[in-house]
Amino acid sequence: MSVFAFYLFAVSVITGGLFTVISRNPVHSVLWLILAFLSSAGLFVLLGAEFVAMLLIIVYVGAVAVLFLFVVMMLDVDFAELKAEMAKYMPLALLIGLIILMQFVMAFGAWESSAAAEGLRAQVTDPTRFNTEALGLILYDDYFLLFQLAGLILLVAMIGAIVLTLRHRVDVKRQDVIAQMMRDPAKAMELKDVKPGQGL
Amino acid sequence: MAEFFTQTGLGIALLITGQVLLIMLPLLLCLAFLMYADRKIWAAVQMRRGPNVVGVWGLMQSFADLLKYVVKEVVVPAGADRAVFFLAPLVSLVMALIAWAVIPFNEGWVLSDINVAILYVFAISSLEVYGVIMGGWASNSKYPFLGSLRSAAQMISYEVSIGLIIIGVIISTGSMNLTSVVNAQEGAGGILNWYFLPHFPMLILFFISALAETNRPPFDLPEAESELVAGYQVEYSSTPFLLFMIGELVAVVLMCALVSLLFLGGWLSPVPFLPDGFLWMFLKMLFVFFMFSMVKAITPRYRYDQLMRLGWKVFLPFSLAWVVFVAFAAKFEWFWGIYARWPM
Repeated sequence: MSVFAFYLFAVSVITGGLFTVISRNPVHSVLWLILAFLSSAGLFVLLGAEFVAMLLIIVYVGAVAVLFLFVVMMLDVDFAELKAEMAKYMPLALLIGLIILMQFVMAFGAWESSAAAEGLRAQVTDPTRFNTEALGLILYDDYFLLFQLAGLILLVAMIGAIVLTLRHRVDVKRQDVIAQMMRDPAKAMELKDVKPGQGL
Repeated sequence: MAEFFTQTGLGIALLITGQVLLIMLPLLLCLAFLMYADRKIWAAVQMRRGPNVVGVWGLMQSFADLLKYVVKEVVVPAGADRAVFFLAPLVSLVMALIAWAVIPFNEGWVLSDINVAILYVFAISSLEVYGVIMGGWASNSKYPFLGSLRSAAQMISYEVSIGLIIIGVIISTGSMNLTSVVNAQEGAGGILNWYFLPHFPMLILFFISALAETNRPPFDLPEAESELVAGYQVEYSSTPFLLFMIGELVAVVLMCALVSLLFLGGWLSPVPFLPDGFLWMFLKMLFVFFMFSMVKAITPRYRYDQLMRLGWKVFLPFSLAWVVFVAFAAKFEWFWGIYARWPM
């Protein structure tokens, strides 16, 4: 049963990845990418890493891909221009792809794992714990400083993005929410009796 | 016979199919009456009668609507992306339904008792936005597109605070299993042991965020009929529209179930001398749904900038501060340890 599930998810990851690249429409690409993400979450579940699987869905599918879709939908993509660009860079891209492929073949072709390495493939965490708990123990006990450092780097990146995009223009009329909420109908409106032919 | 259902592949498949039907069919049947109840409550607030023609007191109204939707013609806009156009309502419905796999209705009454159940529900509810975005984009029309953009921004914003509120409950329970969350609220005090007391501000925040997450009024900006006609649903007719509507309502009922499980003690009885059971869960869900309907009836729609401000500048800092508070209260057992309910 799990073998069947593995092949189902594996095939759909590869299909999703393939169509992400070859789709003509960028929105379709993102949708295929989402399929690939979801299927790889399925693979994580099969590995017994349900926490990572859920995080993958929440972070990548629930947030990152939505933003991708958001941006791609609003872009006005000129396909003819894109095609011309692609033709220009095709030889270089092919060359890089070929080099990486050769490196993979050279690296994995001569791959001989030692007998001791097999032992490392077993579960490293305590099998009596759920993996959320095990992950938490490793992150917060053994690698606490590194974890904090990663958080700090993310915070800096976030502040950087805000600083780069936040622009205060002086000539724009801004709304003051506090002032809006503090407005009192009694003070905001005044009833006037306008006499005909006279005005105010 | 029992071995056939627990040992063989076919038996297990049949068993799970049976369980799925056992959850889905009553759910969809309840949905028909909830839709009717929604309209009746709304009507009562506005001093109207509401649906009262089909069946006794109009009880069969939803079924009449269902038949009407199914026999209407399916209209597809000329420039629409057909595949995505028809995929969108399906995504919306399927995502709303599969989240029910981990919802426990009573002690042990759950299809899949996984230990990341809360995360699973959260993940699935964050995927529901795709139905709206895909529908709005594939219609190839201005209003649906604007509606889907609004929806994407809105759902992402409120997901963040929902996530933080859930983290507070997880810290108190020490587990992400929904059954454990309910069991952690059990105690001699009955109703006094439920999470809505120690986590009281979060109950309100969660409820409001749930309104925004399911695009219910007063946050139904994606389908604001005064500006966007009906948002992402403009170009949909017949069965695809019906699927969207069912998906939306199933998501609402799911949020009702979540509120009852996380804050109102699930199937636990409010007073110690009455037995726990499914009936309590059902009544609590009905109560939360009643609140959902009342909000729809008595609040005016938010403006878009107000919505964003509420999500990012009010809910997010408040729920983040609450997580820090709960973490300290649980660790140092403040307030007689009501925030730390994990098994020692």
